[in-house]
Amino acid sequence: MPLYNLQVNGKNYSVDADTKMPLLWAIREQVGLTGTKYGCGIAQCRACTVHLNGNPVQSCSIPVSAAVGQKITTIEGLSENNSHPIQKAWIAEQVPQCGYCQSGMIMTASALLKRNPNPSDKDIDLAMQGHICRCGTYPRIRKAIKTASKMTEKV
Amino acid sequence: MKTENQSLSRRHFLRLSSMSGVALTVGLYIPSLAKAKPIIITAETAENLGLELTAWVSIDKNGKVTIFNHRSEMGQGSFQAVPQMIAEELEVNLDEVNILFAPGAQGKYGPQITGGSSTVRGGYKQLLRTGATAREMLIQAAAKKWGVPGTECYAENGVVIHRPSGRRLGYGELVEEAAKLDPPKSVKLKNRINYKLIGKPLPRQDTKFKTNGEAIFGQDKKIPGMLYAVVERCPRIKGKVNSFDDTATKSISGVKQVFKIERDVFDAKQEGVAVVATSLWGAMQGRKALKVVWDDDGFEHVSTSLLYDRMRTDLSKPGLSVKTAGNFDGTFNAADKKIEAVYETPYQSHSCMEPLNCIAHFHGNKLEIWGPIQGPDWVQSDVGKKMGLKPEDVTVNMTFLGGGFGRKAFLDYPHEAAVISKMIGAPVQVVWTREDDMTQGPFRPGAVYGCKAGLSKDGDLQAFQTKMAAQDMDHQSGGDNSNYNPSTVEGFLKPYFESIPHYSFADIPTVSPIPVMWWRSVYASTNGFAYESFMDELALAAAKDPLDFRRGLLQEDRYQNLIDTLEQITGWKSRSKNSGWGVAITECFGSIVGEVVQVSKGTDGKIKIDKVTAVIDCGWYVNPDTIRQQVEGCIIMAIGAATIHETHFEDGKAVEKNFDTYKMPRITDIPEIEVHIVENEEKPGGVGEPALPPLAPALCNAIFDLTQKRIRKLPFNLNEIGS
Repeated sequence: MPLYNLQVNGKNYSVDADTKMPLLWAIREQVGLTGTKYGCGIAQCRACTVHLNGNPVQSCSIPVSAAVGQKITTIEGLSENNSHPIQKAWIAEQVPQCGYCQSGMIMTASALLKRNPNPSDKDIDLAMQGHICRCGTYPRIRKAIKTASKMTEKV
Repeated sequence: MKTENQSLSRRHFLRLSSMSGVALTVGLYIPSLAKAKPIIITAETAENLGLELTAWVSIDKNGKVTIFNHRSEMGQGSFQAVPQMIAEELEVNLDEVNILFAPGAQGKYGPQITGGSSTVRGGYKQLLRTGATAREMLIQAAAKKWGVPGTECYAENGVVIHRPSGRRLGYGELVEEAAKLDPPKSVKLKNRINYKLIGKPLPRQDTKFKTNGEAIFGQDKKIPGMLYAVVERCPRIKGKVNSFDDTATKSISGVKQVFKIERDVFDAKQEGVAVVATSLWGAMQGRKALKVVWDDDGFEHVSTSLLYDRMRTDLSKPGLSVKTAGNFDGTFNAADKKIEAVYETPYQSHSCMEPLNCIAHFHGNKLEIWGPIQGPDWVQSDVGKKMGLKPEDVTVNMTFLGGGFGRKAFLDYPHEAAVISKMIGAPVQVVWTREDDMTQGPFRPGAVYGCKAGLSKDGDLQAFQTKMAAQDMDHQSGGDNSNYNPSTVEGFLKPYFESIPHYSFADIPTVSPIPVMWWRSVYASTNGFAYESFMDELALAAAKDPLDFRRGLLQEDRYQNLIDTLEQITGWKSRSKNSGWGVAITECFGSIVGEVVQVSKGTDGKIKIDKVTAVIDCGWYVNPDTIRQQVEGCIIMAIGAATIHETHFEDGKAVEKNFDTYKMPRITDIPEIEVHIVENEEKPGGVGEPALPPLAPALCNAIFDLTQKRIRKLPFNLNEIGS
C-alpha cells in the first residue's frame, strides 16, 4: 500500500493506506486521534467533521489521498485546554449530553465563526443543518454559537 | 494519546500519584489523571495505595476524593448526578473530586443496569447514606485524635473542624484512622435547606472531556494486541448462512481470519460471517469482498403492511385481560355517547450516534469486556453464563456511551465479541457499521391500539377500553404468548383508574419474527400517544376544554398542581379558539410530565411547531440543568419519532439502512422549548425519559385544534397535513 504524508494539527504523519481509505480511518486508526467520530460513513451525520485548510469537511467521505499537502485540523488540534471560544461557550451553555456528535458540531461551528463572527439564526441553520445530534442538543448549540460570538467580539 | 492503554507499574503509579494526588483506583478508566490523559490502572498497582472507606468513595492520604459512578453515562447525566449526591453528604467540593466509572461488580453497587430512568430514583437514599457514612467516619476519626466528642465536630470542604477550638484536620490526614473504625449503623442525612450541591444547576463534570475529543467512547478504546472484526450480517431477520467464498477477502491486506458466527437474539440465532483483521479498515474492506449465499427458508418474510394488517385484524379478538374494573361492555353499550378510535405507532430503530461496538478478551477461562454498555452487571451474569463462566470471572470496563436509549442494555453484541475473541484467541473489537446498527434490531415495537369509551350526556367519562395489538418485549417470536403484558397500562395516569368507573385493558400479542426491545420511555410513549390522543377526542365529545376535562378526572394534588401550572405558564385560558394549541399529560418511571404544543400554518400551508412548554414533576431532584437538558432532548427525539422516521420491513428485511433514508430531526426542525420544574417533596422520579411520551399526543392534539384533522397514525409528515 502507498504511503501518504499527512499534516494533522501541525504535525507530520506517515500513513500507510490504500487509495480508497477515507481520511476518517487514517486519522482514527493510523494517526491515533479518536476525537473524530464515525457515525454513518456516508456524509449524512457529520460526526466525522474536521478542518481541511480551515474549512469543515466530512472525513468519512474524503479519500486520504485528497488530504495530502493540506492542513488538517481535528478536534484535538482546535485549541490547547478547551480554550477556543466555541469550546468555552459549549462548556458555559452545557451543550453536550452523550457527546458523540459534538466534535463534529464544534469543528463546523468554529469554522462558521471564523468566516462569520456574528452569525444570524439563519446563518447558524445553514452551517449546522448537516449535523445530527440524537440527544437533541440543538437549542443549546444555537445558544452556544451566539455566546461564542459575543466572547469573540469582546476580545 | 499513547498513554491511554498503558498499564502502569507500581513505580509509575506512585510517581503519578504524588504528582496528581490520586490513589486507590482498581481496574478503571480514569478520564482526568495526570494532566487529563486517560490511563488504565491495574488492580495490582493500586493495592495498598489508598484506603477504601466505602464502595463508592475512596480518599487518599493527600485528601483526594474519588467517587465511582456505578451507572452508565449515555448522555443522561449519571456521571454528574451520582457524584453530586455523594459529595453533598461527604462535604466535599465537586470540582476537586475525581469521578470514575465503576466496573461491573455484582453485589457491590446493587443494580447497575441503566434503564427505566432509575439512577437517582432507584439509588438516592443509598448514595446519600454512603456519602454521610464516610463523612461520619472521618468526623469520628478526628474526634478520636483530638480526644473530644464527635458531636463537637463538623465537616466542610474536605476538612473536619472542632467547633469549640477551631482545630482542623483534612480528610487526607484522617483516612487511615477512619478506615479502622466500624461504619456507623445509622447516619443522619442533611436537611434539604442545608444542601450546597443538590438542587443546584452545577455544570456537568463530563462536559470538558466532550468538547476536546478526550472522552473515550467504546469505539475509541484500544487494548494491546487487539484485532478488529466486522460481521457480514444476514439482511433478512432469522436468515442463515448457506455458504461463503472468502478468496477475495483473504487477499486483502491485514485480514487474518474469516468464519461463520451466530448472534443470540432472544430465542433465535442470527447468522453472519466474521472478518477479523489487524485494522478496522482492513476488516471492512475484507467484508466488502466477501461472497455469502444466505439460506432464507423456514421462516416468515414479513413486511410492514402484513404486520399492521395482522395487528388490525387482531383487534377483533378479546385478547389477554390486563386490568379491569366494573362492567365495561354493559356500560359502553348503554352510554349516551360512544367514541371509538384506532391509533398506530411505528417500528423504529434506536440509532444511537455511536453504532454498537464492543471489545472482548477471552483468555484462561476469564472474560474481560470494554465497551459502551448499559448493564455491566447483566453482562457479567448473562454473557458469563453463555460463555460458561461465573460472574466473578467476567470483568466489565465501562466507557462513555454515544447514546443508549435501551439498545445498549441488550447483550447480543458483547456476547458476540466474547465468542469471536474465544475463537481467535486474542482481544478483539467488534464494530457494527451504521447499516448493521440500523437494520438488525431489536427495534422499538410497532403497535395498534383499539380504544373505546362511553360518555354520559353531560360528558362524564363512564367507560374506557383499550386493546393493544403489538409485538412487545414480553412476547418475542416463539416466546410465551399466553401471559399478558402488564405494561399495557403504562403511561395511563394512575388517578384515571379511580375516576373512571368501568374500564378494561387487554393485550393481544402479535406473532412476528422481528426482534423488539426497549426504546427510550418504552410503553409510556407508544401507549401515551393512544391514551392522550383519545382523551382529547373524549374532551371534544364531552364539549369540555381538554385541560378542564383532565382536571375533572385527575383528582390528586400532584396532578391538579401540574395542570394549574401548565395552564398559568402557557396562558392556556387566554388562547384564541382553534389557534393550534394541544396538551397531553403522561406518567413515566415515577415522574409526571405535561406538555403544551403550539403549532401554526405557514403561508406555504405547512404546519410548523412554534413552541413546546413542558412541566415536569419529578419530585426530589439533583440537578435542574440536567433535567432541562433531558426534557429538551426528549422533546426533540419525540419530534423525530412522531414526524420523521420509521423502520419499514419488506420481504423480511429492514428497508432503512442509514441516515439518508432514516432521517433525523435537524437544528432547523426545533421549536422554542420552555421547561418548568415542579418543586415539591415527593420521592424522586426519573428524568432521562419521562418528557418524551407527551410530545406526540400534544402535537397531534394541537394540529387537530388548528386544522380539525385528527392524526391517529405515527409518524406523519408535517409538510403534508396542512393543506
